[in-house]
Amino acid sequence: MSTATVAINAAARAPKRAIPGFGTTLGFSIFYLSLIVLIPLAGVFFRASGLGLDGLWHVLSSPRVLHALSLSFVAAFIAAAINAVFGGIVAWVFVRYEFPGKRLLDAVIDLPFALPTAVAGIALTALYSPNGWIGELLTPLGIKVAYTRLGIVVALTFIGLPFIVRTVEPVLREVEKDLEEAAATLGAARWHTVSRVILPAVMPALVTGFALAFARGVGEYGSVIFIAGNFPNLTEIAPLLITIKLDEFDYQGATAIAAAMLMISFGLLLVINLLQAWARKRGGTQ
Amino acid sequence: MTLSHSQSAQTLPFEPLMQRNAAITEARWVRATLTAIAILFLAGFLLLPLLSVFVTALSKGIGAYFASFGSAETQAAIKLTLLAAGIAVPANLVFGLSAAWAITKFEFRGKQFLMTLIDLPFSVSPVVAGLIYILVFGAQGWAGPWFSAHDIKVVFAVPGIVLATIFVTFPFIARELIPLMQELGTDDEQAALSLGASGWQTFWHVTLPNIKWGLLYGVLLCNARAMGEFGAVSVVSGHIRGLTNTMPLHIEILYNDYQFVPAFAVASLLALLALITLAAKSLLEWRFADQLAATRRH
Repeated sequence: MSTATVAINAAARAPKRAIPGFGTTLGFSIFYLSLIVLIPLAGVFFRASGLGLDGLWHVLSSPRVLHALSLSFVAAFIAAAINAVFGGIVAWVFVRYEFPGKRLLDAVIDLPFALPTAVAGIALTALYSPNGWIGELLTPLGIKVAYTRLGIVVALTFIGLPFIVRTVEPVLREVEKDLEEAAATLGAARWHTVSRVILPAVMPALVTGFALAFARGVGEYGSVIFIAGNFPNLTEIAPLLITIKLDEFDYQGATAIAAAMLMISFGLLLVINLLQAWARKRGGTQ
Repeated sequence: MTLSHSQSAQTLPFEPLMQRNAAITEARWVRATLTAIAILFLAGFLLLPLLSVFVTALSKGIGAYFASFGSAETQAAIKLTLLAAGIAVPANLVFGLSAAWAITKFEFRGKQFLMTLIDLPFSVSPVVAGLIYILVFGAQGWAGPWFSAHDIKVVFAVPGIVLATIFVTFPFIARELIPLMQELGTDDEQAALSLGASGWQTFWHVTLPNIKWGLLYGVLLCNARAMGEFGAVSVVSGHIRGLTNTMPLHIEILYNDYQFVPAFAVASLLALLALITLAAKSLLEWRFADQLAATRRH
């Protein structure tokens, strides 16, 4: 909408492309994008297509690969769901309430973006191992986190938290207080206002944040491999299996798993883009 | 909005009337419970791991901590990390500026598609990001034979590490600049050009001062990721100690050797970098909110 008006203004006032550098900057951007991203990525699909459908299926249908792929997806899904609940609460509290230390904690929310995944991995493992600060408390209760699937969920929850909070926060801030007041005036209980007025407004953002956290979790490697223990068919995630196949010089196996993961991530990316378009539309009609 | 709130709270001896509207807020105990849940969740999931890095690093005393940085391998890892980030960040800076200029100053078909392609590296697993360069430059890759014929090592050498780092940090700066430059529009540049400035002069003296804080914001995030990248770099590095080990890879090796204090000591340097990044980022969001893209304003 705004880009359209900008275009009209520019066309009305100045001859087309009065600003120089179009060819150079676009040309360089596309060249660099192709060289670093597109051509190498295309290489995976080219290699994978060389295997043929039978070859791909042969790799992907082996129990170890199937287990690793499903573990990566299920763990990422659970972690994203945990984050949708707690990240939603965190976003709500930060937008609506005041409390001491709010600014400091607000800065800390982005820690998973800034902290290298290997550092997060060894720190979480140290915390949750049986003699770690948290592991010590959980072991008497019979809960094992480090070197189990639960540990993978913990690591992915750490990684995914900011995606939800930072996607929901701006939308929550824009929810019109007028609407809430109207609902209250019309006799809605507070809980009804929250579930019927506020939740539908932030739903697209919540789902987008979920999808972003999920997509990141599926491919996550660094923070998981330390806490997972990496037992085949038990706590071995798909990205780790790619590195194992590479170490064994099984390039075809590695390529097949990578191609499957890429297809699924691109599918997710498409879903995220559609969700964001949907969210923009809803935002526009409000 | 938040500014006027805090100002009135400081200057007025009483609560402003608009502060609490019973109809559109929750009961006190609900507010307290939700706030407690949020703080506990953040403390348990974020602060505790951060704290444990520093506590473990210093667990054998300050002497052991600093002794951890004495080994030649650790120093080589620090140098390689600085080198990789030192190449990847400027490379993506040039790309980010160029892509943002093309996308925000001109209209063309396929712009939305181009922006989706720029974001692509974010949705690729780091391990796959490393793998793609092995498939291109490895011994069995397309370009592998040509490079080995010319005696250039890419995979299991420094160029591969730099390439993988560029890939995973590819979208950071472009993503900060595109929304910001879209908001700023082209009026300033049009004015400068109509007054006779050249394209470069317009960029240096008009565009760059307008976007400098947004640019710094993008560079900070890009650098943090570049120095901390693990998965992609791990795949292409070949783990040759003292030669192709970056700091995160060195942490893994030390940790797997049960050298916990040195592992956490190196980790504490990266954690410190993360803290500095967060502090600088928050400072930019507070001080220069109006000069960042709208999504970054708090």
